[in-house]
Amino acid sequence: MILAPTNTPPVRTHRSLVLLAATLLLALLASFSSLAFGVGAAHAATTACVTDATTACIQGTLLRSDGKPATGVTISAKSPTGTSISGVTDGSGRWSIPVKSNGTFTVTLDEKSLPSGQYLANEKTNDRQVSVTLGSSAGTIFQLSTTKGAVIDNNSTGNDFSFQRLAQQAASGLRLGLLLALAAIGLSLVYGTTGLQSFAHGEQVTLGGLLAYTFANVLGLPLILAAVITVVISAATGFFQDQLIWKPLRKKGLSLTQLMIVTIGLSIALQYAFQYFYGAATVRISIANPKTVDIGGVVLTVQSYVAMGISVVVLVLSGLFLLKTRTGRATRAVSDNPALAAASGIDVDRIIRLVWTIAAGLAGLSGVMLGLVLNGVNWELGLQILLLIFAAVTLGGLGTAFGALIGSLIVGMIVELTNLVLPGDFKYATALFILIIILMFRPQGIFGRRERIG
Amino acid sequence: MDYIVSLFQSLTIQALAPTTAAFAIAAIGLNIHFGFAGLLNIGQAAFLLLGAYGFAIATERGVPIFGAVLVALVIALLFALILGLPTLKLRGDYLAIVTISAAEIIRMVGRSSILTDLTGGSNGITGNSYNAPFNALSPLPNGTTIILWFDYDNNGVNGWWIRIVGWGLVAVFSLLVWALSRSPWGRLLKGIREDEDAVRSLGKNVYSYKLQALILGGLIGAVAGIVYVLPSSVQPDGLGRSTTFFIYTALLLGGAATVFGPVLGAILFFVMRLLIQSLAQTFIPSQIMGSQQAVQFSYILVGAALMCLIIFRPQGILGNKRELAFSV
Repeated sequence: MILAPTNTPPVRTHRSLVLLAATLLLALLASFSSLAFGVGAAHAATTACVTDATTACIQGTLLRSDGKPATGVTISAKSPTGTSISGVTDGSGRWSIPVKSNGTFTVTLDEKSLPSGQYLANEKTNDRQVSVTLGSSAGTIFQLSTTKGAVIDNNSTGNDFSFQRLAQQAASGLRLGLLLALAAIGLSLVYGTTGLQSFAHGEQVTLGGLLAYTFANVLGLPLILAAVITVVISAATGFFQDQLIWKPLRKKGLSLTQLMIVTIGLSIALQYAFQYFYGAATVRISIANPKTVDIGGVVLTVQSYVAMGISVVVLVLSGLFLLKTRTGRATRAVSDNPALAAASGIDVDRIIRLVWTIAAGLAGLSGVMLGLVLNGVNWELGLQILLLIFAAVTLGGLGTAFGALIGSLIVGMIVELTNLVLPGDFKYATALFILIIILMFRPQGIFGRRERIG
Repeated sequence: MDYIVSLFQSLTIQALAPTTAAFAIAAIGLNIHFGFAGLLNIGQAAFLLLGAYGFAIATERGVPIFGAVLVALVIALLFALILGLPTLKLRGDYLAIVTISAAEIIRMVGRSSILTDLTGGSNGITGNSYNAPFNALSPLPNGTTIILWFDYDNNGVNGWWIRIVGWGLVAVFSLLVWALSRSPWGRLLKGIREDEDAVRSLGKNVYSYKLQALILGGLIGAVAGIVYVLPSSVQPDGLGRSTTFFIYTALLLGGAATVFGPVLGAILFFVMRLLIQSLAQTFIPSQIMGSQQAVQFSYILVGAALMCLIIFRPQGILGNKRELAFSV
């Protein structure tokens, strides 16, 4: 990749930046306007139990047998000393019971409070023993059925292999991969140009989802407008982050290890800031019931198709930007060799600022769409997918944008296809396991070059 | 005045809690990785979790207490080998990604429903299924002892016995680190941290020394895990990434590559956080900041403190800036 010719005049990043932003916005507008999402009025987050040093939570989500939330059901927890505390399921079926002591609680569902026509499955196990430690939460799951006295065996259902399920899981995998790729490309560009692995990148994704919720549901703006504003604000956070934090720290000469720990600190601060303002509960960006489309037996929501479409468009645009524009070439030159790029007249600081802006904007967009597709956003969203993004970026080869795309698709597929052979608990673990295996045999990733691993 | 006295009392109680001791031990282990050998292990919580699981599960199966501790140590040793053998030859940031991923895998597998019979799934293992043999070891007579405002059962689940053992272990490991840091082995580790190639050119097997450091710090982490869960219960989600990050905060606060840094850092970490939380709960009206938000506010400041520490005072309170070089 020898890109930057000598004697180039300083690259004009501003015009390309405006152009890129404009195309991104247009693509967004075009794809979203083909749809009319019914975004309801303000939907405030429910006040859920939050753990701290003196409180533990027993919690769960109760769904009717058709998968819709079961509301208004009473669940009570009896402490070892005999006092009983109860909680009632909210509009999304969630219940949480705050308890103030360690120990084993007996959790019981009040069958009289169930909606008519719904019965507790596996009635014999209604009294659950749940062990609780202050400062953490414990969960238990009650299952409902339409027949009284039903027994549901969870070990035998859902693991039968069929091509139908394979296709469905592969489609979900493609969807997850495309949405991860939006965030992964940004992380990869930042790594490529600065050498920094940002642990706060996951929180940029969460920020996107939460901002979209704020604009669409709390303030009642149309979803499309909310998404555009979210991407702009997300991009702005990237710009100002570089101006206020990363650029001064680069000038101060901090080592990459130190910078990485700074991003860990930033990530902790942001996670708790999200909890501070939005609470610990999951908020849903659009509360209308999503419509589904069936293509050849694969059922996905309309939002999923739109989200996949948008991310393909944005990924293609990012690729064209890197390959065809002057600024894109300059970005790759900085990735390749910052000193040489600077010597050939490229304003390295300006490129890095642009990269931070794009990375944060793309992460924000990814957050909006993950929130729509996964039926909700909470403060942990970024925390949960950060390692998947790292896995994607490392698989593809650290610092290569194209590799990040391929890596994301592979990781998305692995995560969803794991469900076919292993229980759902293992889907993220498998992706991380494969990451470790790849690092053992090909540490530079699929598209990385040998020299990058030291 | 009463407020100040009771605040002071609750802060000192927090400072000497078994959890603080466990954090200090975990930070001492991490200090061998990060402070002395320069290994960026961000999966220290996994060593704690494996130690806790190994100890609790072995005890449940009837293994005597020292056997159970041995099981915990062997599991941590194996984990360190699996982690270290393939990755210690790679650059530092790869070790970071591998350790954090491996730690998450351990947590996810531990909490998975198919291992419920072994690990209790996401509910974990209750304390009373494994803490009896430990309490039985106590030489203290039954009853309660009050020293100043410290009022605990002598033996109970969360009493004097676990505090004495916890802080005793802190002292033992601090002494070990002090001795090691003055030994040729310790100087070699510092040399690797400062300039790996220079040490290699002296004919030393850098890879082997790094692996030894990873194992030693991991074993100490496993002991920390046992101390951490003895007064409470084994909760896989309570020993996740955040725990590792908080251990880092404690270590960097006290001072990496120092003997007493991890201990001082762990105490200050808990005391400062409780102080911020108590002050915010008392003096900020609940309309502006609820009691939950005060807790979250204290953690926001933890994150900010970690950022400021590593930028402005990477050597921490006790460290020597010249000694601590971040080489990666």
